[in-house]
Amino acid sequence: MSANFTALAYLVSAILFILSLRGLSSPESSRRGNVMGMLGMAIAIVVTILSPNVLSYEWIIGGILVGGAIGAVIAQRIAMTAMPQLVAAFHSLVGLAAVLVAAAAFYNPEAYGIVDAGGELKVLSRVEMGIGIVVGAITFSGSIVAFTKLQGLVSGNPVVFPGQHMLNLLIGIGILGLIVWFCMDMNPTVFWAMTALAFLIGFLIIIPIGGADMPVVVSMLNSYSGWAAAGIGFTLENTALIIVGALVGSSGAILSYIMCKAMNRSFFSVILGGFGGEEGGAGPAQQTDRPFKAGSADDASFILKNAGKVIIVPGYGLAVAQAQHALREMVDELKEEGVDVAYAIHPVAGRMPGHMNVLLAEASVPYDEVFELEEINSDFSTADVALVIGANDVTNPAARDDPQSPIYGMPILDVDKARTVLFVKRSMSAGYAGIDNELFYKDNTMMLFGDAKKMVEDIMKGF
Amino acid sequence: MDIVDPTVFRLAIFVLAIFVGYYVVWSVTPALHTPLMAVTNAISSVIIVGALIAAGPADMNLAKIFGFVAIVLASVNIFGGFLVTQRMLAMYKKKQK
Repeated sequence: MSANFTALAYLVSAILFILSLRGLSSPESSRRGNVMGMLGMAIAIVVTILSPNVLSYEWIIGGILVGGAIGAVIAQRIAMTAMPQLVAAFHSLVGLAAVLVAAAAFYNPEAYGIVDAGGELKVLSRVEMGIGIVVGAITFSGSIVAFTKLQGLVSGNPVVFPGQHMLNLLIGIGILGLIVWFCMDMNPTVFWAMTALAFLIGFLIIIPIGGADMPVVVSMLNSYSGWAAAGIGFTLENTALIIVGALVGSSGAILSYIMCKAMNRSFFSVILGGFGGEEGGAGPAQQTDRPFKAGSADDASFILKNAGKVIIVPGYGLAVAQAQHALREMVDELKEEGVDVAYAIHPVAGRMPGHMNVLLAEASVPYDEVFELEEINSDFSTADVALVIGANDVTNPAARDDPQSPIYGMPILDVDKARTVLFVKRSMSAGYAGIDNELFYKDNTMMLFGDAKKMVEDIMKGF
Repeated sequence: MDIVDPTVFRLAIFVLAIFVGYYVVWSVTPALHTPLMAVTNAISSVIIVGALIAAGPADMNLAKIFGFVAIVLASVNIFGGFLVTQRMLAMYKKKQK
């Protein structure tokens, strides 16, 4: 097959990939979009295998079968709560694959037709290869760290030590120096030294980032995996890879931006790290001596049953307590009583962008009852009840009203504007950000202490 | 006459694709951001084309081994990414009237 034909086929693949992302603009079109993505991938793989450079097929077919089987099994088995770590693990694979492809191109550049007249790798290709391999290696080791933190294999606390930023800076300069050296001298030692340093920096830049910032990190690594693919695409002179890399790179960058904005944190401060450890609550004194109102499940059932409009604010605590299904059953009963129910989702409600939406969808909550912050925030003032389950900081009015608050400026759900707020919580402890929630002490707030799942089931009994 | 280096054309494609990505991704509904990450993961594994070329030559060499391992890793991602996306998207249902 001619090179022109292959290039045109790659263009078709790239267009199908764009359409697959476009499909995600609504749940109805998304399934068709996903099929287009698969088709695009199939076209890219088949035309590459048919190209004249590929002469033996055993290893290729074997590799695809082994990898494909592993991937398919993982995709079927994985729990939806574990999506963030799965995505992080997948990012690490893209990063490592990029490193390996770059290494293959380094040892056998003739196969890719990227050599100059003297049989040496072109200088421009060396620069691109250097960048591609470094970004790929950072994606790999960074994603491994993110995976271990999300999976709970290591503590989510930031790891900080003196001179950290200085060390990272020196390693960064070292990597740049090695790329320059690599361009002048195609020495395998330089190649591997550059790769090893990139692995190290990937590890070092993620360890100081705390658990609360993981949604940003996962999005950022998503972006890196795209840039790595694009870098390799330039080295291999492959337009499909360049286009896909650009798409994925900008997608991850946008998601990082959305997550940062939702937490009112600058991208830079997330990268510098040191924030959002799991033990965050140790900070300011707990003001539990202030008066608050606690209620029972029966009180809650009575209030909910007699409400006209209820907005539910779920947070990650809901998923931790495995209460999504019970919640949906409770809502079904409420709807039968004629109550209007909607769900309000804060962008950082889960552990990754859109995570809470998936968890609710899994519990068979119809997606047209689930609303984003901007869509629903003005509705709280007309709601009879706001039921907060497993969320905390994202409802704290201090973020809106108190310039002294450490989370001031973070967009919040205005649950305090509802006539009654029911707040399901284990205890009066503070949330991730380690600050007290003003909402607990408002006159219209009723605290419901207990495990989210048990509380929801008890409320249901009272209907 | 001076000829434009093909790399410049590739750079043009790259920059234009970033713009396409920017506008397409902003149109993705926030409810589908998790599937978006899973599917971008799957499509970034199109890096497998580089691995296929490395594993393609008839004779054995170091590059071929790297290529093989990269094929396995990228295939995990391709199948895992697309299938888990499909599984998630199948859960999004409309209200039954």
